[in-house]
Amino acid sequence: MNKILKGRVIVAGNLKGEALVSHKGFNTLASFQKSLVTRAKIARCSDQDNKDLYQKVITGKILCLPQTIGSTTGGMVILTVARMGLHPAAMLFSKPIDSLAAAGIIMTDVWLNKKIITLDSLGDDFLQTVKSGQQLEINEEGEVRILDS
Amino acid sequence: MKETNMELTAEEKEILEGKKGETLRKVMETIVRFGQAFGAHRLIPLTHRPHLVTSFGANSIKPYYAILNELIASGLKTFDLFTVDPRPFDYENVPVTLIEKILFSFIFGKQKDYEQQLKKLGLESEEAFTCACYLPEVGNIPHRGDILAWSESSAVVYANSVIGARTNRNSAGIDIMCNIVGKAPEYGLLTDEGRQADWLIELKTKKLPNAQILGSAIGLKVVEEVPYITGLSEYLGSELKPEVLDYLKDMGAASASNGAVGLYHVENLTPEARDFGRKLLKPDIKTYVIDDVELERVYQSYPLLWKKPARKPFLCFIGCPHLSLNQIEQWVNRLEEELQKRRLKKTPVPVILCSAPGVIKEFKKNAPTGFKEKGIRLTAICPLMYMNNPLCARKPIVTNSNKLRTYSTARFFPDEEIIRVIFEGLQ
Repeated sequence: MNKILKGRVIVAGNLKGEALVSHKGFNTLASFQKSLVTRAKIARCSDQDNKDLYQKVITGKILCLPQTIGSTTGGMVILTVARMGLHPAAMLFSKPIDSLAAAGIIMTDVWLNKKIITLDSLGDDFLQTVKSGQQLEINEEGEVRILDS
Repeated sequence: MKETNMELTAEEKEILEGKKGETLRKVMETIVRFGQAFGAHRLIPLTHRPHLVTSFGANSIKPYYAILNELIASGLKTFDLFTVDPRPFDYENVPVTLIEKILFSFIFGKQKDYEQQLKKLGLESEEAFTCACYLPEVGNIPHRGDILAWSESSAVVYANSVIGARTNRNSAGIDIMCNIVGKAPEYGLLTDEGRQADWLIELKTKKLPNAQILGSAIGLKVVEEVPYITGLSEYLGSELKPEVLDYLKDMGAASASNGAVGLYHVENLTPEARDFGRKLLKPDIKTYVIDDVELERVYQSYPLLWKKPARKPFLCFIGCPHLSLNQIEQWVNRLEEELQKRRLKKTPVPVILCSAPGVIKEFKKNAPTGFKEKGIRLTAICPLMYMNNPLCARKPIVTNSNKLRTYSTARFFPDEEIIRVIFEGLQ
């Protein structure tokens, strides 16, 4: 049976896609740094400290995470990877969104007119339930459906 | 944007409706939506000058330059002159090979253009590049209670904790937008509630701990929450003397980079802790006891990112965040004493001391001559920016900075050990 969770909408949208789960804080700069320097076509996580994501493709995925961490350039990094087309399709936060991620996601929407669908406060249970590779369906009301694989 | 539930003034509403131009409307929309995400009810005026985090003209951040160009084309500037983080390279004082120079030119190819943009937006001067803008020789010093929209994490934690000013830990981009409007959403560390402590840190060491390791331990434990530290004033006293300010600067930077601490209180010492004491503790306070064993555990947990751990260090960076005048003098004296003791003319490992342009200028007024020939160099760069490329990342660089350790491949040693490493190498 499909499980449905409800979050708070930061950037609304409908989407069906593949989950990529980070159980620890997502270090935005460390994760995208290599892709930015090498001008990659697809971003693979370059944060060696993140065992869940290291070397995995982030681009186009539904990134499930507690919060972002790291350098206060984080918001600008999200804006940049969005312009380069390297960004995740959606970001689903188990905790309330942090200020660095919020800055990047909102600047991307306002200044690039590009949406990274974003929900927060999905609860700690969310990251215990969802697994990388699972199909997720998000709707504009902030519901996340974890589809049976 | 759709309707907002924030209470905006008539002028703010006009801006949001686009009556003062499309660019300013987008600036206001960004700030209002950002504030809404954190439950802010209103925007409040900033009362002190900006400090921005983005100082490097990296080729990769083109969308950011496009935003700045749009701001400039619309005649917008920050509400007061700003300081900004350090530049990424200094070929005169920090050695690079020809290949590295080419790489730097490629990675930071927009440096000159970007600095032109900063001048148009309100950069104070050519010497305004430092992460420690609050040092007396730099002069971007807020007062207690000032409202800021700063972004450099080490400056944020210093302003909040040591000075008692109020700023959230803003992202690049949000910093400049708030400072263009001259307002910030009222939430988090701008509020009394947001400045209450979530953690009671009980320091139970036998002597004053290394500031960098203590800050690291606190940051790793509390992440973005507010710690209230007891036991530290037994060693530091209850006055904010220069050496105490240096200690708090380095401890705070480590807590902000190893975690995401934006404010800490030190019992009997920092302004709000002196005034309010344990009334700052939240009712459901969590406790973390730090003793010598715990600090050693934290120190030993740092991963070594060098492929060959016994390599001779290529250089040593001291000063991330930038050193105070007091600290430069101490390091130069210490290194010169060691040279004399060991009857050496030059340090076996070059030592790069990083500080603000104004501090370096002041130091040079009365500095001993010839310290460059002794292997000691002064620079105003950001060592983090220097190391953030594939070539420099491979170099065996040592540092006493926990922030530099966190964001690069540099190997960390406490002050007392790094002197030995500089002169005796790694065994």
